[in-house]
Amino acid sequence: MSLDLDIHLQRGRFTLEVQATAPAGVTVIFGPSGSGKTTLLRAVAGLEAVDRGQIVIEGSDMTERPAHRRAVGYLFQEPRLLPHLSVLGNLKFAQKMGREVAPQSFDEVIALLELGDLLERTPFALSGGEAQRVALGRALLSAPKCLCLDEPLSALDQGLKHRILPYLERLRDRTDIPILYVTHDAAEMARLADHIVLMQAGRSVLSGPAEAILSDPAAVPYLGVRAAGTVISGQVMARDPTTGLAVMGFDGGQLILPELNQTKGRSIRIRIPAQDIVLAREKPKGLSALNVFEGTITQLHAGQGPGVMVQFKTGETLFLARVTQYSSQNMGLAVGQTIFAIVKATAFDPAGIGT
Amino acid sequence: MAFPLIVRAIRLALEAVDPRLEEAAGTLGASPIKVFAFVTLPLIFPGLVAGAVVGFAKALGEFGATITFVSNIPGETQTLASAIYAVLQVPGQEAAVGRMIALSLILSFGALLLSEVLARKMVRR
Repeated sequence: MSLDLDIHLQRGRFTLEVQATAPAGVTVIFGPSGSGKTTLLRAVAGLEAVDRGQIVIEGSDMTERPAHRRAVGYLFQEPRLLPHLSVLGNLKFAQKMGREVAPQSFDEVIALLELGDLLERTPFALSGGEAQRVALGRALLSAPKCLCLDEPLSALDQGLKHRILPYLERLRDRTDIPILYVTHDAAEMARLADHIVLMQAGRSVLSGPAEAILSDPAAVPYLGVRAAGTVISGQVMARDPTTGLAVMGFDGGQLILPELNQTKGRSIRIRIPAQDIVLAREKPKGLSALNVFEGTITQLHAGQGPGVMVQFKTGETLFLARVTQYSSQNMGLAVGQTIFAIVKATAFDPAGIGT
Repeated sequence: MAFPLIVRAIRLALEAVDPRLEEAAGTLGASPIKVFAFVTLPLIFPGLVAGAVVGFAKALGEFGATITFVSNIPGETQTLASAIYAVLQVPGQEAAVGRMIALSLILSFGALLLSEVLARKMVRR
């Protein structure tokens, strides 16, 4: 299943021009506010008319269809639950209005989002996080062929975000429909994205698989220095309760992480921000940092600022490190060189670790 | 003459409905007709009832239009206001007039109270 977009629309002085393809899985649409992310999503859902272009979902052209006949589930920034119905009523409403029987049965959605205890409540009696979960369940039960999530976590506080993210990860792993996810939060993007579309001023400037985009020096100006970094998928190979550390294997080596309550054998993904990697020309000795691995420089990219983005390859994994221009010159970094990367085990942001 | 009151009550109710809810219902697959039937209508229902109650109370007190167009026939076109007027024309019926005025006070305050309660219910949504 996939979603093909070719959208042109004009609203006053704002122009949106996007060509993109979203395969099954989560496609994160990332960009600063005002870059047209929400407008793009609304156009896909039929809430905003396009001037030219095509919106093809799963092979059928939806461009001319009104919103209620597009089979696009939409989760807004606010839950928008129907106040005259209970939680159960809201979920049943989606099922009743939905075009076909939802592929997930009612009970499956309830279990996935743990809504069982909320069914009898009215929307007023829900907390922000609960209401957003119900709204997500409702969108799923309308039998969507594509799901649009428009900054669903932006109205929630930090603690609540981290309680909802695992639900979204589970959703990503259990459905095979394309999910468009708009956010301007780099950690959220790193956790959820399979694919990334970078937006700026109404245009899609770069798109591709998440690992490639996040470790692409050319994407750094759009991502921002803080968001740039490597996303690595791997498996927990061992856990040591005495030291409080876990070992994760990836294509190219092993990483030692703070223990994360992850069971052995489970696949996880972690993000290493580019600014948390230290580079050395020779193999360092006597360091407190636990992770040292060898790599070959594949790209050097000097930005407008004082930093240089160094892309290097270990095994089949591409990493991105940010060093100052000064160190880069002092060390004489060049493409093709062998370097050693140093990462502290504590550099991994637990919030950035997902499944 | 009660018509403007009814329209006003319903209009206020319609304006209080959040269009974002109707939009959300659309993305769930509800056609505009279904959105009206299952979202808009239930949400404005208290407003409809409030409008009807106020309109009914007003109609009971109608005088000018009744006298002008359909005259004052007891049991057919007589309203509360015209009944009070009719009784007032007969000397010695002050007690009956008092009862009727009390009844109209109860009706008008009752209607006001009921429409207030319904309006509050709507605001809470």
